[in-house]
Amino acid sequence: MSDFSREQVQHLAALSRIALTPDEVDHLATELASIVDNVRKVSEVATADVPATSHPIPLQNVLRPDVVGDVLTNEQALSGAPDAADGRFRVSAILGEEQ
Amino acid sequence: MAAEKLLDFDVALEKFEPVLGFEVHIELGTVTKMFSPAPNPAAFGAESGAQSAAPNTLIATVDLGLPGSLPVVNEQAVRYSISLGLALGCSIAATSRFARKNYFYPDLAKNYQISQSDEPIAFEGEVEVELDDGTVFTVPIERAHMEEDAGKLTHMGGSTGRIQGAEYSLVDYNRAGVPLVEIVTKPIYGAEKRAPELARAYVATIRDIVRSLGVSEARMERGNLRCDANVSLRPRGQEKLGTRTETKNVNSLRSVERAVRYEIQRQAAILDAGGSILQETRHWHEDTGVTSPGRVKSDADDYRYFPEPDLVPIVPSRELVAELRAALPESPAAFRRRLKAEYGFTDSEFQDLVNANLLVELGQTVSAGAAPAQARKWWLGEILRIANSRGVEAGTLISPFDVSELIALVESGELTDRLARQVLEGVIAGEGTPDEVVKARGLAVVSDDTALIAAIDEALAAQPDVLDKIRDGKVQAAGAVIGAVMKAMKGTADAARVRELILERAQA
Repeated sequence: MSDFSREQVQHLAALSRIALTPDEVDHLATELASIVDNVRKVSEVATADVPATSHPIPLQNVLRPDVVGDVLTNEQALSGAPDAADGRFRVSAILGEEQ
Repeated sequence: MAAEKLLDFDVALEKFEPVLGFEVHIELGTVTKMFSPAPNPAAFGAESGAQSAAPNTLIATVDLGLPGSLPVVNEQAVRYSISLGLALGCSIAATSRFARKNYFYPDLAKNYQISQSDEPIAFEGEVEVELDDGTVFTVPIERAHMEEDAGKLTHMGGSTGRIQGAEYSLVDYNRAGVPLVEIVTKPIYGAEKRAPELARAYVATIRDIVRSLGVSEARMERGNLRCDANVSLRPRGQEKLGTRTETKNVNSLRSVERAVRYEIQRQAAILDAGGSILQETRHWHEDTGVTSPGRVKSDADDYRYFPEPDLVPIVPSRELVAELRAALPESPAAFRRRLKAEYGFTDSEFQDLVNANLLVELGQTVSAGAAPAQARKWWLGEILRIANSRGVEAGTLISPFDVSELIALVESGELTDRLARQVLEGVIAGEGTPDEVVKARGLAVVSDDTALIAAIDEALAAQPDVLDKIRDGKVQAAGAVIGAVMKAMKGTADAARVRELILERAQA
């Protein structure tokens, strides 16, 4: 079975903004390892000449004309926001940089 | 910001070879956004309306990632992207797919950005970049892909609007979903000591290409065109590439050049002292001319790209690609060659235009009807002077069409050069077109002789001996009267006509 380290689990948890207890980290390390093994099985048969199945429905080029449609009012836009100020969404102080 | 140690630029270049790379983001000037029918704040001509729109008024459900909302690709944005890819000499993908780039940051409400990963719309191209002395440098292009822009955050409660110390942040999603094309170069070798110059010239070339295609206004000061500059150094003789930094926030051509030069000197000082470079993003500070560390760069893997399940593939038809290829305008490089030959400029006259980044403006001014020499005179003279005094690019002050109209007013005798400069000020101040400014400010040359004769009579009454002096052959005596008349008419008189009238009077 694949090795999935505690550090890797913690890294994924940080990326996903999920807080994990030490027990959960151990548990997920085992679970993720078995998931990785299963995915690896798929890649054994999915060689370069097998098309991707991300879009199995044979549709392509679904486009819209460049014409303005329904726009939200500022009130509608902010109506579901937990907090707002000056017509903008208010969020807690952010650590880190813009992406 | 603590100044970091820098190595002398020439010494740095003796010891290390700089390798460059650029990621340039172009906001497309479509009417609506990439995936939603909300108005695009970067649309052509949006400055008066949408550009200054109130926060969160240019958004649809898709831009907020509201449950149940689904993105639909803007057809015009795809056409613009293909045109841009073709102009960069790229191949256009037979099948192109969108992908989710996952990250948690409130500049996008969905927690992911729709971008493209391994199936970009355009790939493998090259761009010819002309350096200041006319040398042509070929920059290899890796890819150009479609994506969406993010919203704008304002950090509140801190001392300077910075992230550090902020108590909370306010988010405006008007810009979220604006169509972007990101142009990524391959590593650029061999620029050597001209690396900073090449950086500026490359971004200027991309800007010119984008403008000639008419896919974006490409105004850097508005963020229509944004450049991230990657710099790494490797010791002479070493094959392996050094660790690179990615400098963001370089918002003018001049800062691209300065930022690259700074990073070369900064990295060289660290490496020369036996240190190592941290792979990180750095922020350029225009005021102090330094870069400061940002976040440590995530691995691409951390973005956990996967195919965007809400969008089906884009499969551009051969007919569409052929149509767009046939419609490509003359490349800026070819345009330069033609301009030089057709307009009969000397090398140095031509170079002045290149250095001031005014070639496109000049060409458009001539297309709008102005004589090349006049167009050159106005752009490189008064307009450039005002631009330099304000520290902005001349091309952002006034449209080529307005310059052409101004020149026409001078040619027809309606304006003197002096009045035209006042009209120019008015146009730059946003008072309207040259015609409108002339009317509003009452600046047209007075061509009605009665007004002139009245002013001359008045001036002669104050200097009664002038006519006698002229009759005695001292024609230069007319100068004092001309001056008085010009002053009385507040410059709206044609000095040559005034002189004629005075001489006629002397002979009467």
